[in-house]
Amino acid sequence: MILPLFVIVPLATAFLVALFADKIKHLGDVLTTLAAAFLLGLSLYAAIAVGHTGVLVAMMGGWPPPVGICLVGDGLSVFMLVIVNLIAFLAMLYSVNYMNLYTAKWKFHALFMLMLTGMAGVIVSGDLFNLYIFLEIASVAGYCLVAFGTDAQELEAAFRYAIMGAVASLFILLGVALLYSYTSTLNLADMALVLAQKEKGMVITFVSVLFLAGFGLKAALVPCHAWLPDAHSSAPAPISAMLSGVFIKTIGIYAMIRIFFNIFGITDAYLSVLMVLGVVSMLVAVVLALGQWDLKRLLAYHSISQIGYIVLGIGLGTPLGVLGGLFHLFNHSVFKSLLFLNSGAVDYSVGTRNLKEMSGLREKMPVTAGTSFVASMSISGIPPFNGFFSKLIIILACIQKGCIWYAFAAVIGSILTLVSFTKVQKYAFFGKLKEKYADIKEVPLFMKFSMVVLAVICVLAGLLLLPPFKFFLNDAARVLLAGKEYASAVLTATLK
Amino acid sequence: MKKNEPGMTLIVKTVTRLTVGLILIYGIYIMLRGRTGPGGGFAGGIIIALSFIHLVLAYGKEEVLKKINRTKGLFLAVSGGLIFLAVTVFTNSRRLIGPFAFSAWLTPLCELAIALISGMGFLVIFLVLVILAEKDEQ
Repeated sequence: MILPLFVIVPLATAFLVALFADKIKHLGDVLTTLAAAFLLGLSLYAAIAVGHTGVLVAMMGGWPPPVGICLVGDGLSVFMLVIVNLIAFLAMLYSVNYMNLYTAKWKFHALFMLMLTGMAGVIVSGDLFNLYIFLEIASVAGYCLVAFGTDAQELEAAFRYAIMGAVASLFILLGVALLYSYTSTLNLADMALVLAQKEKGMVITFVSVLFLAGFGLKAALVPCHAWLPDAHSSAPAPISAMLSGVFIKTIGIYAMIRIFFNIFGITDAYLSVLMVLGVVSMLVAVVLALGQWDLKRLLAYHSISQIGYIVLGIGLGTPLGVLGGLFHLFNHSVFKSLLFLNSGAVDYSVGTRNLKEMSGLREKMPVTAGTSFVASMSISGIPPFNGFFSKLIIILACIQKGCIWYAFAAVIGSILTLVSFTKVQKYAFFGKLKEKYADIKEVPLFMKFSMVVLAVICVLAGLLLLPPFKFFLNDAARVLLAGKEYASAVLTATLK
Repeated sequence: MKKNEPGMTLIVKTVTRLTVGLILIYGIYIMLRGRTGPGGGFAGGIIIALSFIHLVLAYGKEEVLKKINRTKGLFLAVSGGLIFLAVTVFTNSRRLIGPFAFSAWLTPLCELAIALISGMGFLVIFLVLVILAEKDEQ
């Protein structure tokens, strides 16, 4: 019965922080960091437990699935849980120092934990309506966190994000309502069984389009990406890291692929839509990123582009493609969080995000410069960093399936990414130090620690492809490839 | 009638004074009735919050802020959340009490928690908006 804890612990922490952290100094920092560390440990334990015993199911109040609400932990869920909790823990450690730039730190802690609750809920939920509820919890906390600085620009970005998010949520809610009226059940496993017995009608096609629009908006796939650069660059750095690193993947990509692959059963038509969207996102966003001079906006555009890689990989639908897509999802959350934390560190010490104003920061901020170099090389796909392996797998999978042009587009995207990050390195960290920055200092301990840990993961994550750790990725990919067998896996696990 | 007094006219104030207690009690009644009949925590909580909002409209916000302010409201709302979470955890932990232990006496507790969350949340949002509007005017 460890699955409910992923929702209960952050939720209880959010409430406790909101009650007491205003009155007792440092309570918020200590409580939230401990909770995040506990959740990270628990998710690693869950990953090993699922690797050994198969699917975990927790029934609320003891009622079995079609009647009661259940939480499901399979390979894909624990894979996402580990990513989310890893990034959340490091972002939380980072914000111990970083959030001193802002007032009302306890509100940040409470909202952060609510966002974590929502994301964990989306991941472990075995019930479509609960998935929607948790998605809304995470989104609303996300809107508030984007507006956290309460400057005019941040409020505008948050307002635009809230409008787009609300439109996306309404698409999803309409889809859920139609599915409920069509199948008379909300439980994901049961719904998959009911849909398997019905003839394929227009309802499912229509609902698929609604979900594609809704989750596509949440994941910022290209035609619906306009809100992301503003929202992700306006948030405080740890929140940008969370939003870009795990948020859009959890409530966009994860929810979408879970429903398309495991509930509807994937068809070639969906796959080709996903692939086209992926390639378009990959190329358009990276071209847009080339012209950016605001460091965080540039990173935000690259998030859209890398989401394109993930969607392309998963959209291939072959074992190798899905594996590559999921591995890139893991890698992207690590290096993109690291890059956002780096930009936050520069902002913390130097006080600017404009690339033209920085120069030669390498001398004064060696840790930030070093970790940022690792992350830039990872995102550009330079061996031996983790981004190289996942991009290689995606490109190989494209060729294996015979989609040469998609592989070509992926290579072009990667080269343009390299160009853009060479620019970042040149303007921000190399070159001569400007005189006015003669007395800047490296960032405090906790910020350095989070960045170094993420950089180490960037270097070592390629090892996940080796046999002792391979189960972690393979289990996740297997859940997607098994398609509608999800239902029987969940229902068998309930009987245990 | 005194001039420059905050709030509305004497008629509204008198009617409010007579009805506000009834509204509050009606809210509590709806909240507790949810266990067996139509009603429940959400509706009850909103009606309780409406009784306070009624006071704000008739008497001005100072009168109400003496009884309940933002911090207290937030405190109550958040404790409502914690109570609900505690009940959920309690009923779902097999080791403590067995699987089907959601007994009837827990329902009013849930209703109370929901009433606190919804009602106090509603009230706090209203108060924040009133205070912000006042700041803008200054």
